[in-house]
Amino acid sequence: MQLPDPEALLTDITARIQAQLAANGPSNSALVGIHSGGVWLMQRILKSIKQDVAYGTLDAALYRDDYAQRGLKAEPKPSQIPFDVQDKHIILIDDIFYTGRTTRAAMNELFDYGRPASVTLAVLINRGGAELPILPNIVGAEILLKPHQSLQLSQDTKGKLHLSLETN
Amino acid sequence: MYNPQLDADGKLKHLLTIEGLPKKILTQILDTAETFVGVAERDIKKVPLLRGKTVCNIFFENSTRTRTTFEIAAKRLSADVINLNVGTSSQSKGETILDTVDNLIAMHADMFVVRHGQSGAAHFIAQHVPDNISVINAGDGRHAHPTQGLLDVFTVRRYKPEMHNLRVALVGDVLHSRVARSEIHALTTLGVPEVRVIAPKTLLPAGVEKLGVQVFHDMKAGLRDVDVIMMLRLQNERMSGALLPSAQEYFKTFGLTQEKLEFAKPDAIVMHPGPMNRGVEIDSSVADGHQSVILPQVTFGIAVRMAVMAILAGGQSSGGSTGGSA
Repeated sequence: MQLPDPEALLTDITARIQAQLAANGPSNSALVGIHSGGVWLMQRILKSIKQDVAYGTLDAALYRDDYAQRGLKAEPKPSQIPFDVQDKHIILIDDIFYTGRTTRAAMNELFDYGRPASVTLAVLINRGGAELPILPNIVGAEILLKPHQSLQLSQDTKGKLHLSLETN
Repeated sequence: MYNPQLDADGKLKHLLTIEGLPKKILTQILDTAETFVGVAERDIKKVPLLRGKTVCNIFFENSTRTRTTFEIAAKRLSADVINLNVGTSSQSKGETILDTVDNLIAMHADMFVVRHGQSGAAHFIAQHVPDNISVINAGDGRHAHPTQGLLDVFTVRRYKPEMHNLRVALVGDVLHSRVARSEIHALTTLGVPEVRVIAPKTLLPAGVEKLGVQVFHDMKAGLRDVDVIMMLRLQNERMSGALLPSAQEYFKTFGLTQEKLEFAKPDAIVMHPGPMNRGVEIDSSVADGHQSVILPQVTFGIAVRMAVMAILAGGQSSGGSTGGSA
């Protein structure tokens, strides 16, 4: 399968995130990246929009619904939301959208910081397979994958993004 | 070697002592604790991890502070908490430890936090409980107090992240301290190259050098160029017989004063596990001074206990896992 170029997808969603920021007003908005891929994307987006906008990171591991089965992952990352969430228009950023469970966990965590005015979800790729009534608002590409396939975003030492598909 | 704290996959099952815990697990606990430090700074200081679980604090020996920090930790993880001061309850009516534990198992407790005056009590209970229950040792006799040891190394790592380049001194009553052993094990496992103990001969256990520490009986020599000073409490209530001439005499020789603190590096941090005996092991001006990190230790203690509970309680239910990464 021919995978799209993640750099091109990033350029595309950056433009749409920028439009969203303009619509809501940058001072009323904030970007929140979900570890780890979403944080890479957010950092790249912040660099290219050259705009002063609040941002933070979420791990959401403490809110996941599979904790009882799988436990905590071995290397959790601290969530950092250094701005007031109350009444902000939040753009959540993740790399691959699949079941929607990470998004649910991230939203639950976000709401423990305050009540945002709105939450928008931006992802590089929607791979299909949502198990919850949650869908991304800004999507770089849709690629329908089977459950045994695994799509991963990685970042090389120069910061360039790569997509890889594995079949288990 | 069989380690009753780990399950067949090498994952943490009980936390009984730091002795024998691999570096990987120590680091996992400390890294996880980092994620919990921020939780206390939010509007809603709770995460839902242990929702519906019951944590039972079984204290055969009183320790209000330790019990309170475990209680807060469990509540911030959304667990229900039951506190049992067994010393004042059924045991005084003649019930054995295992009967007490069996009763709590029958009430569907999910985790036991155990404090006991006898070394090995937590091990004993851990061997008795069914597979789905985890035991945390909150102090057993002179043996171990692993969460205190962990929160101390967490504090060290927060202020002095270059663990491989540190000189740490433990000062005071090593003989009666269960914290000292836990700390020494944790520090050496995490790669601290030089751990010193400074104490009068009467307050050092025989063969303390075998733990890999350097022994000093003089504050001036022992504190020279150290990065971290960990004061230990003079354990009055454990002191039997005349190990020391008097508290005043002890303070004069081993109490941490501003003058003695100056032997250490200028940016050295001062720690104390609490409760402090001001004017016995530590002077008030040092305890409240700018090098003291004694109150941050208390704050970090909650994050570390949350991390231990979260790691122990996760992955216990047997259902198949569903869903992907996103």
